[in-house]
Amino acid sequence: MKFGIVVSEGPYTHQASDSAYNFAKAALENGHEVPRVFFYHDGVNVGTRLSVPPQDERNIQQNWTALAREHGVDLVICIAAAQRRGLLDENEATRQGKDANNIAEGFRISGLGQLIEMGIQTDRLVMFGD
Amino acid sequence: MEDDVKKFLYVNRKAPYGTIYALEALEVVLIGAAFDQDVSLAFLDDGVFQLVKDQNTDGIGMKNFSPTFRALGDYEVTKLFVERESLDERGLSPDDLQEIMYEDEDDDWAEKPSIRIVSRAEMADIMAEQDVVLSF
Amino acid sequence: MSTLHTVNKSPFASGSLQSALDHAKDGDAILMIEDGVYGAAAGTRVAEALGARKGAVSLYVLEGDIAARGISTRRLIEGVKPVDYAGFVGLAAEHDRTQAWL
Repeated sequence: MKFGIVVSEGPYTHQASDSAYNFAKAALENGHEVPRVFFYHDGVNVGTRLSVPPQDERNIQQNWTALAREHGVDLVICIAAAQRRGLLDENEATRQGKDANNIAEGFRISGLGQLIEMGIQTDRLVMFGD
Repeated sequence: MEDDVKKFLYVNRKAPYGTIYALEALEVVLIGAAFDQDVSLAFLDDGVFQLVKDQNTDGIGMKNFSPTFRALGDYEVTKLFVERESLDERGLSPDDLQEIMYEDEDDDWAEKPSIRIVSRAEMADIMAEQDVVLSF
Repeated sequence: MSTLHTVNKSPFASGSLQSALDHAKDGDAILMIEDGVYGAAAGTRVAEALGARKGAVSLYVLEGDIAARGISTRRLIEGVKPVDYAGFVGLAAEHDRTQAWL
């Protein structure tokens, strides 16, 4: 099966991004495909490279970055939601006249169309939010 | 219709303004309309509050996004299912909801209401017909 | 055609579990995850609501989330089946669509 996953809450505050990650890992370990994960609402905050969680806790962003690196999962952050919440890549920072960007490795910013496309192209869409 | 047209249902269960889910759900619907899928919106539980008319946000400094629902017809999003039991529980009637119309191209562009009041049981049936369910 | 419904909120804090129960069709499954697993514990005021759909709707609870919250599998409502994440994936594959009750 091709699974599309939506993460619609931010890291640490809600369990959503953890549950989604655990689901994605289990799907990949059991021979399924996870072509894309779409981050919406506060979920865009999963994609900041500036988080410094306590050493003895899981690092949610790094978990996702590693998953993307090892399994080619396309981690897409919604541009509209990202703009609202200050999650920028280099391009966006320049475009918007901001003096910094904060996107983490393995994530890319794109439009809501990527979510609909994911719904069309996958067999199952699973959402994790609040 | 082409082979790969899927039935998409956007489920709205939360009130507007207290959280962003209602607004950002609508943004997905508008962008998603360009993909020519079979789109329906469901309003149940507190989601029915999103469609209440006469919203005035002057006092809270937020944008009133309720007029956007009236534009959905232009995007060929014409099926807004509203759950009757959710209205009743909240002391609302269909008259409390804003008028949202679309022009039916198959009926000489006759103006028709996009809001369809359905029972809880009918809503369950509608949900069971979908290919993709997005919950906000 | 059937649906896997996921519920992630405690039934004592939110109406989501009840809403899922009210909209699930016979042959569907409900999986309680995250704080939703509190709905699977026996002897609560929502146990009856779950029991009412038993048999018609398959009930599951995510193992990792009940263990995290100190709920023993021996204290679950009868008929609620614990599954791990692999089981969750299996359920999502088996049913035709997944619907999140957030």
